[in-house]
Amino acid sequence: MSERQIRNLTVNFGPNHPATHGVLRLVLEMDGEVVERADPHIGFLHRGTEKLIEYKTYLQAVPYFDRLDYVAPINQEHAYALAVEKLLGLELPPRAQYIRVLYGELTRILNHLLNVTTLALDIGAMTPFFWGFEEREVIMEFYERASGARMHAAYFRPGGVTCDLPDKLLEDIRAWNKAFPKVLDDIERLLTGNRIFKQRTVDVGKTTPEEAFDWGFTGPMLRATGVTWDLRRNQPYEVYDQLEFSVPVGTNGDCFERYLVRMEEMRQSMRIIEQCLDQMPGGPVKVQDHKIAPPTRGEMKRSMEALIHHFKLYTEGYRVPAGEIYAAVESPKGEFGVYLVADGSNRPYRCKIRSPIFAHLQGLDFLSRGHMLADTVANLGSMDICFGEVDR
Amino acid sequence: MAESNFWLDYILPLLLIVGYILAIVVPIMLSVAIVSYAERKIWAAMQWRKGPNVVGPFGLFQPLADGAKFFLKETIIPSGANRVLFLLAPVIMFSLGLIGWAVIPFDQHLVLADINVGILYLFAVSSLGVYGIIIAGWASNSRYAFLGALRSAAQMVSYEVSIGFVLVTVLLAAGSLNLNEIVEAQKGLWFFIPLAPMFVIYLISALAETNRTPFDLPEAETELVGGYQVEYSSMSWVLFMMGEYANIILLSGIAVILFLGGWLPPFQVEPLTSVPGIVWFLLKTSVLVFFFTWTKGTFPRYRYDQLMRLGWKVFLPASLFWVVVTAGAMHLFGWLPK
Repeated sequence: MSERQIRNLTVNFGPNHPATHGVLRLVLEMDGEVVERADPHIGFLHRGTEKLIEYKTYLQAVPYFDRLDYVAPINQEHAYALAVEKLLGLELPPRAQYIRVLYGELTRILNHLLNVTTLALDIGAMTPFFWGFEEREVIMEFYERASGARMHAAYFRPGGVTCDLPDKLLEDIRAWNKAFPKVLDDIERLLTGNRIFKQRTVDVGKTTPEEAFDWGFTGPMLRATGVTWDLRRNQPYEVYDQLEFSVPVGTNGDCFERYLVRMEEMRQSMRIIEQCLDQMPGGPVKVQDHKIAPPTRGEMKRSMEALIHHFKLYTEGYRVPAGEIYAAVESPKGEFGVYLVADGSNRPYRCKIRSPIFAHLQGLDFLSRGHMLADTVANLGSMDICFGEVDR
Repeated sequence: MAESNFWLDYILPLLLIVGYILAIVVPIMLSVAIVSYAERKIWAAMQWRKGPNVVGPFGLFQPLADGAKFFLKETIIPSGANRVLFLLAPVIMFSLGLIGWAVIPFDQHLVLADINVGILYLFAVSSLGVYGIIIAGWASNSRYAFLGALRSAAQMVSYEVSIGFVLVTVLLAAGSLNLNEIVEAQKGLWFFIPLAPMFVIYLISALAETNRTPFDLPEAETELVGGYQVEYSSMSWVLFMMGEYANIILLSGIAVILFLGGWLPPFQVEPLTSVPGIVWFLLKTSVLVFFFTWTKGTFPRYRYDQLMRLGWKVFLPASLFWVVVTAGAMHLFGWLPK
């Protein structure tokens, strides 16, 4: 028999596939079930966000950030608002800061619930997914009551938050915060001790701290390797330095520990929410400089000046002094940063978005190489990818 | 010698057999519909949902609506597929899910074919199931389907082996290959008590045999997007689905006959013995079908290599060991059936 060339099986994984969490296209080179090379192809959800922002006023750019990572919308707005505020040199009233932290942490739970339960779903356990989504629904209702929108809130704007929280919302959040640990316990009971779940995740996609640094991993992906790096702790913004919380870290850097880190982060977020609710001060929820933040409707009825401010804000917008700034927040997925270049006009000259998942996705190849096809799915799930943000 | 009558000697028995077959197949099809509805309701209850509740009272007509929907859809045959094999595969799967029932005794002597090698027949039927999947995966000319078919072939062959040993211990205990006699042998004590480890191995292997969670790798929605079924649509897909459900009920029925005393009541006391045997049989089968559903709502999925390891390195030695222990104990203490 003559010698024959044997070619590896190439599988086109996505862009329309249940485990890609969106529109990832993975070209997998497989030797039987073993993945020899995983080549992520991105760009199916590219909307030119960064370029679009250059043609919008600073206020009009806010909703674009909601639509990046639509699983954790508010954290993105947060980074952008921080960047603009730093350029403007604004100091927020304490109530605005607490509301931001409160909603930032609610969003963290919103995101981690989705990730943890879809990781389980990718691995084949379908029940936690539905339990988690029940709770996500409640958090989205909190979103709706504060901002009027369930997902794309546009709630954190440069200068504060859009509007004050409605009556009773804080009590309802407190009540939910008390009841939520039971759901987490239920999910943990199905997954954490489950032998099959452990067999599927422990030692899968192992990362060393060095590799994590090399590939620019942040967030739970980095912390699972044992590096204590959390922007809320290391570069505190808003009132995080006055709040008590722990930063969970792993030791092994595998899928299972990423899952554990996220579970614990949810519990820590609940602690932060509890403290925010206890310490929530009164007062305004945005800066009182009406050249930046709009005046109230009542004022506009009485004062000509307020009316002019309002008109100018929503037509021309405000001018931001020339300069450049990088502001980053610890979004649930990692370090989400906004690099803004202002030229003194009412529009950003350039807005570069640092997406944590983009960096994580680059690591998929080395995480999956030599593992089986099913492990690639587990890796993808534990990476917490969301294509709105990768493709921008 | 009497004149042989063609109509009386050949056609009448044929019609009778067709009648018997219909009497078995129609209720099975009905129970497939009920099981698919029950599964969705059970999962819904586990997942804080309502499940089907729109079509008919409590959504009871949902399976009919689904059936009508699939029937009206177009059967898509991929251009690269082998048409004959592609359409043959679901037929094989479906008919294998049905023909096993020929030897299942629903009640004492309520059986289509009371053959002496009933267990071997069932074993043969369940081994054939792998052909349907392999053919489907191969004929689809799709890589996902192909990988699913490869997985499934390896999986079904591996777990067939341990099921084989489980059957051997039951045979040792019952002393017969006839399913009726196996049930009769459990009059005093259902086999799942003395053969408890084998019962567990059988249940888990049955999960693997029917490609259900945690062994649903051939389908693996989130990896292979349905595996060997990925190219199938409308009725051809429904045949797979119904075959799978019929197979689940069949394997539950076999477990009831081998371990849970078939049509026998739990205790031979008056109010229980007057209940018809078929009621007991159906009741026990339903419990096992619930077990299948329950596992799917609870467990994640194994990985391919882990599944093979479990099959060859855990179940095979364990079942082999128990065959030896059972045989040894029976010989030593003289428990062997005559």
